[in-house]
Amino acid sequence: MRARLFPHPLLSLVLAVVWLLLVSSLSPNSILFAVLLGVFVPMFTQPYWPGMTRPTRLSAVPGYVLIVLYDIVIANIQVALIVLFKPSSKLQPAWVSVPLEIRTPEAITILAGTITLTPGTVSCDLAEDGHAILVHCLHAPDPDSVREDIKNRYERRLKEIFE
Amino acid sequence: MPFWAEITVTGFLVISGVFGLVGSYGLLRLPDPMTRIHAPTKATTLGVGGVLIASMVYGFGATGELSTRELLITLFLFLTSPISALFIAKVHLHLRQKRESLPEPEPDTGWASYTAQGPSRGVRDIPPQPPSERVLPDRSR
Repeated sequence: MRARLFPHPLLSLVLAVVWLLLVSSLSPNSILFAVLLGVFVPMFTQPYWPGMTRPTRLSAVPGYVLIVLYDIVIANIQVALIVLFKPSSKLQPAWVSVPLEIRTPEAITILAGTITLTPGTVSCDLAEDGHAILVHCLHAPDPDSVREDIKNRYERRLKEIFE
Repeated sequence: MPFWAEITVTGFLVISGVFGLVGSYGLLRLPDPMTRIHAPTKATTLGVGGVLIASMVYGFGATGELSTRELLITLFLFLTSPISALFIAKVHLHLRQKRESLPEPEPDTGWASYTAQGPSRGVRDIPPQPPSERVLPDRSR
């Protein structure tokens, strides 16, 4: 029953929340419409999501979002400092290949987006079999620590959420 | 509008102005295309974010109602900014980057930009052909 009403709980939640933010009110009729959107859109679009992944632990999502938001602020300050004070000759850009343990396409997409938004790294390419991600670092004297950071800070949490 | 709201709005506007400026300056200053991507993807996120928070506080101070559409703008910005960065990086990989200078992905396969067949394949791997000799891919199978 639950699986039939909410074939994609995360999509339902996102649609409802986005609707509430869009109308910017918590009146009963906007809540009702948000719930209707959350129920019916995933129900009708389900055939278009073959092999869809269902996140197993939604409770870990807010923690992940908070960590990413915090890191984005730090990333901004770090990059601003590098731009302002580090001469180009001392800049050590590096390509890093990060092996992936997560296999879910959704999780890899979120990881790639997170990498781009956070400290000095941009995700650039995926290995053909999807088992590694190519990351460009703005300033990485120690590429191994970048790899460890990505794996411990983000990938481990995404693995908890999705797998 | 109460005094605290004016102070907060001013503070966030100044912060976002500084970060927007630094981001744009970084775009000019950094030495090559790949490092240049870093400045606008990061610094402008906080730049725009600051304006949006200021807008929320202003709306709350002026009307007493909390507007949440700004959060939504932030959300969509977080969704789109990595994608545009990825596109620029992909173009760079296809056109400028030497494949040998990249680290190999560990389970030995190669990066999708270079090895994958089909539309995602690098443009420089396909030699230009005169239109008469162009062979259409066989889609009957």
